[in-house]
Amino acid sequence: MTQLSASKPVWSGRPRPLLLILGLVLLSILSILTSAQETPIALKGGKLLTVSHGVIENGVIVLQKGKITAVGATSSVTIPANAQVIDATGKTIYPGLIDSETQLGLTEISAEATTNDLVELSDEIMPNMHTADAFHAESVLIPVARLNGITNAIVAPDGGDTLPGQDSFIQLAGASAPEMLLIRDNAMPLNFTGDERRNKGGFDKRKFPSTRMGLATQLRQAFIDAQDYKSKLVDYDHKKADAVRDKKPEPLAPKRDLKLEALIPYLEGKKTVVLAAESPSDLQTAVSLANEFKLKFVLNHISHSQPVLDYVASLKVPVIVGPIYEAPKEDERYDTVYSLPAQLYKRGVKIVFASYSAHNVRNLPDAAGFATAFGLPPDEALKAITLNAAEVWGVADQLGSLDVGKTANVVVADGDPLDVKTDVKQVYIQGRAVPMTSRQTQLRDEYSK
Amino acid sequence: MRIKLRSAGKLALPYFLLTGLLGLALSGTLSAQSAPIAHHDVVITNATVMTVTHGNIQHGSIYIKDGKIAAVGENVNAPAGATVVDAGGKYLTPGIVDCHSHIALDDDVNEATSPVTPQMMMKDAFDYQDKAIYRALAGGVTTSLLLHGSANMIGGQSVVIKHKYGDTRDALLFPNAPRSIKFASGENPKRVYGGRDQLPSTRMGNFEVQREALVQAQDYSREWDAYNAKVKRGDKDASPPKHDLKLDALSDVLSRKLMVQIHCYRADEMLTEMAMAKEFGYNLRAFHHALEAYKIADQLAANNVGIATFADWWGYKNEAWDAIPWNAVMAMRKGVRVAIKSDSEDYTRRLNQEAAKTIRYGGATEEEALKMITLNAAWIIGVDDRVGSIEVGKDADLVIWDGYPLSTSGVPEKVLIDGEVYFDRSQPGLGTTHYKEGE
Repeated sequence: MTQLSASKPVWSGRPRPLLLILGLVLLSILSILTSAQETPIALKGGKLLTVSHGVIENGVIVLQKGKITAVGATSSVTIPANAQVIDATGKTIYPGLIDSETQLGLTEISAEATTNDLVELSDEIMPNMHTADAFHAESVLIPVARLNGITNAIVAPDGGDTLPGQDSFIQLAGASAPEMLLIRDNAMPLNFTGDERRNKGGFDKRKFPSTRMGLATQLRQAFIDAQDYKSKLVDYDHKKADAVRDKKPEPLAPKRDLKLEALIPYLEGKKTVVLAAESPSDLQTAVSLANEFKLKFVLNHISHSQPVLDYVASLKVPVIVGPIYEAPKEDERYDTVYSLPAQLYKRGVKIVFASYSAHNVRNLPDAAGFATAFGLPPDEALKAITLNAAEVWGVADQLGSLDVGKTANVVVADGDPLDVKTDVKQVYIQGRAVPMTSRQTQLRDEYSK
Repeated sequence: MRIKLRSAGKLALPYFLLTGLLGLALSGTLSAQSAPIAHHDVVITNATVMTVTHGNIQHGSIYIKDGKIAAVGENVNAPAGATVVDAGGKYLTPGIVDCHSHIALDDDVNEATSPVTPQMMMKDAFDYQDKAIYRALAGGVTTSLLLHGSANMIGGQSVVIKHKYGDTRDALLFPNAPRSIKFASGENPKRVYGGRDQLPSTRMGNFEVQREALVQAQDYSREWDAYNAKVKRGDKDASPPKHDLKLDALSDVLSRKLMVQIHCYRADEMLTEMAMAKEFGYNLRAFHHALEAYKIADQLAANNVGIATFADWWGYKNEAWDAIPWNAVMAMRKGVRVAIKSDSEDYTRRLNQEAAKTIRYGGATEEEALKMITLNAAWIIGVDDRVGSIEVGKDADLVIWDGYPLSTSGVPEKVLIDGEVYFDRSQPGLGTTHYKEGE
């Protein structure tokens, strides 16, 4: 994972019509950050939900140079002499939440096309689309989300294509897009839900691929083409090495193909494919396709695959489950989808949650909380939006729990993170106190005068 | 009055007009007639009763007689033969009221072929078998206002339903509910008609269309008034004006027989709409969405106009850009009657969670939050004398909760409507008691 530079921070969340207020806010933010960076912070007396090693009542957590440097009971932790000690008595402290699928930075106002960079629908095979290229660091939506304790997220293209492009793993604060984009192209959705078919309108309006056969064939061809392309590259490397050795003129490099080039790390199993399907049949078609090319994958959605959950468990891959609010099928019981996270958990499947949203990222913990009403243990629900997500996205050495050595993404709230009533009091990202303001708090304050 | 000139039987209207005249006297009888179900005496015991109007009662009991709440308290006197439901100490609230819904209307939400369609009756499109009614019931919703969509400046007339899923169509119609009509302003009518190069494509056009329709209704009303005056004078040659269902409906708006529910986002438009309501004298009951209510809360309160808003939806369109989650509580603190509504087949299943957000955003009390999805929503529909709180004489529409209702982890265990259990989570299958799968 790339590290945030310590250069002068200019935080995102720029409000448009309130420039005067903006100026004041920015000034205050700058001073907060400057001081926070220099001084260790000790949050003392709170209830620590470590996620990795239980709950510590009356605990202390020390944040220093962007890392967690101590976690433990108040009696056992030595607070550095120069630390700013913050009384967290009565507060609940937990790791920053991780949203496993968002469209943050790809949209501002859903109905205004000019503000949307969600998905490129001109072709179905678009692995050469990089959400990092469109990510808008100054999006007004980002501070709104982070005020509720969401500190990291996957930015994924919207659905619509089988291969709509590559995800980014972001941090919800930073001086600029490069600082917030912790990992570019960390994963790639492969959607197989039927929605990717070009079958709208009458037969005269349809184009390939208008059926699932078409979608699958096209995907297969793309991966075969990428395999061939890779062979050519390997072959070229050999010939080039031979030429260098023999002091002969170098061979002509194969023409670059950005689409096929983008697929290679996935064919090599170096990066994760996010396999989205809803129904049992689509799920199994997608999985067999992934297996055919030995792709490393996690599952996404599977909202209507209840009849094959044992099969899902047998795959031994994590599932991004949801949205939990997806409507059941016509004849299904009202809680068929609500209970899916618990059903998967009971079968030993590692689950994570996602808001699948941009504006409603702040409600990520509500989805996890709702799952507890249908049998998911609360500890597991919290894990699904912290440590499990960090593990799925390969950043568990740095994020997802309150452990020494991890990035100091820490949330201080007035209660249970899964309770909709809980108010987040302070968010720390890389040990810095995030200004608890957004365009929405500014409007609130302006009209509360 | 023109009412008598609408010969009964030709229109669907006299049913409602009757209630206006006979209202109180008949309401009990009519409700029993239209819902021919066996009412048993029921006693719910050992519940934490959240009454909404007079606090919580620990270890409370409710005696239900003939579908109505007959007694509430720590101890109630009930006949020995009454069915006893032990709530096991769980929370019990009034049934949730969703005052802005479009479920059970198939694709018939918008008659988007003209910007003025007040003669449309949502009841004519109501699909009482729609599973969305069941799924909302399982989320604790017992009453919903099904509105026309927002494509038109003046849409159709609403239908109020009870979520008695599995019963007959007539049993699902809320008996003698007051009449409402949907108006809409802002982006939606602009987009729908502007997209066809028709009027209205701007907000100027929007309000012109609305005003024009109301002016026509004034003319129409004057024609009928003149005719009625002639008849009254004994003029045998007087010929009645031609009936026009559209203008009949708008005349009922002008004479305040129809409450007006207006889809409106921006503060400036709400001010314009309030001014127009004053100009034409109609009963503007509530603004729906009203995401900028916090900017003009004083004026909404002064005009006694309620709002039916979202807890935290925002940013989905330009006119939702200034939405803030504190809107509901900021407006409430200024004296506005605030309801949280769904406008969604999805959110109607968990309005309790949406209401709970007002505790977090702005510090609503538990009772204030609950009121936003019960009594205040009932007021917007005009049925707050019948549902929306746990009080003697009201319909026994009740929810027993697994967990705390104002949370993400609290969900309905049992839902009763008019004293009968319609949903029971512990039951297999769908958990419905009146609807059987395969029927």
